[in-house]
Amino acid sequence: MRPSTEPQPLSTDLALAPDPVIRFQNVSKNWGSNQVLKSLNFEVAPGEKVSIIGPSGSGKTTILRILMTLETPSEGLVKVDGDILWDVTAGQKVRETKQLRATRRKIGMVFQQFNLFPHMTAMENVIEAPIHVLGMNKAEARERAAELLNLVGLGKHMNHTPPQMSGGQQQRVAIARALAMRPKVLLFDEPTSALDPELIGEVLNVIRNLAHTTDMTMLMVTHEMRFAEEISDRVVMFDNGAAVESGPPAQIFKDPQQERTRTFLRAVLQH
Amino acid sequence: MIWDNDFAVSVFPLLLEGLWVTIQITLLGTLLAAVLGLFFAVLRRLAIPVLSPVVSFFVVFVRGTPLLVQAYCAFFVLPAYGLSFDAFTTGVVVIGVNYSAYMAEVYRSGIQGVPKGQWEAATALSLPGVRTWGRIILPQAVRTVVPMLGNYLIQMFKDSAVLSAITVVELMATAQAIGSSNFRYLEPLTLAALLFLAISYPASRLVNRLERRYAPQH
Repeated sequence: MRPSTEPQPLSTDLALAPDPVIRFQNVSKNWGSNQVLKSLNFEVAPGEKVSIIGPSGSGKTTILRILMTLETPSEGLVKVDGDILWDVTAGQKVRETKQLRATRRKIGMVFQQFNLFPHMTAMENVIEAPIHVLGMNKAEARERAAELLNLVGLGKHMNHTPPQMSGGQQQRVAIARALAMRPKVLLFDEPTSALDPELIGEVLNVIRNLAHTTDMTMLMVTHEMRFAEEISDRVVMFDNGAAVESGPPAQIFKDPQQERTRTFLRAVLQH
Repeated sequence: MIWDNDFAVSVFPLLLEGLWVTIQITLLGTLLAAVLGLFFAVLRRLAIPVLSPVVSFFVVFVRGTPLLVQAYCAFFVLPAYGLSFDAFTTGVVVIGVNYSAYMAEVYRSGIQGVPKGQWEAATALSLPGVRTWGRIILPQAVRTVVPMLGNYLIQMFKDSAVLSAITVVELMATAQAIGSSNFRYLEPLTLAALLFLAISYPASRLVNRLERRYAPQH
């Protein structure tokens, strides 16, 4: 405790907190008259592992899709690693800019439906972007891809195509593919929702490993509450286009402050 | 009129020559249509101001007018504007351009059939547009439409008979010429029909097999 007679200058406190790697400032997203995000303010610190929970239609996936530039915000400012990704004033027509393309490279995404390229082998899926976006030479890209595929436990499946693999294996390839671009921020959009129950574990193991061993920022939308509790530094509860509550997993799951969070958790944890 | 076997045998080699021209027109025309159609389909999808609507109009125009009219225009009208080619070249270009409009539609359905997630994955990996089209979208789109393209090839094989009207000496024109110079149409026309069938029937069986093989992967 600092003595109250000697207040520290404010700037010192700010210097201790690192600049956020993700910053949403007054971001709204409308679909017609339906407001999916309502003037959202949201920040994620570098290296932080954040899980977003909430009922479907609460806007949680939209956050990821705006970050991955798969959706355009209707209004607001989004910064990633200090660079502007979106800066939209209401009613403005948005174009894909050079700035957006450059900033987008800092982000990777793992999709609910994996979205692997079905006509390419696991290896080809992983080396495609490093070669054609990062300009890596083929030998180097293959070497790195082999490391990553080994990391996700698929060293023996490098030459298999997605139709020859199980959902769990496909999702692990998709994780390796995203990692190959060395993103600062990795987004997970309900990564286990499309999987058969017995395949969920293998994918969660890979994500857990990443969460524990890398300083990459991870932002995950999930329905796996126990998993979110285990790996997250922070859990954010979303409802109706706004963050209802945010805090360490112990608080959110054991002692939620908001009634909305309590009812949601009661509903999803019951079965 | 009774079938004259000796006459039939004597004109058969001539008809085979005509068939060979028909096959050449079909293969070259399909190649032109496949490439041009793909080009049109991609241009339409890219939604480039002015260019894409022009391509769309062109496709509608070609699909909405008879092949015979297009052939006549190319052969009898264009030379008046200094564009004059021999009948074979004109025939290949006319039928190729005509079918490109249909194939553009086929490719379009193939492109639409590629799941949205494939585009999104390409965006998430920051793949450039050319690479996304060339390596991700088109290989999947074309794969699913190969059987449909095969069907158009067979249809073009038969439609090429229309080009006899602009003096291309293919199978139909050959049969007609034999008929009019000998005053016997039964044998040459029957043989011509059988020769068309001899190619198109096995070809359509082949396309059926392709349909099973190139079923969508998703």
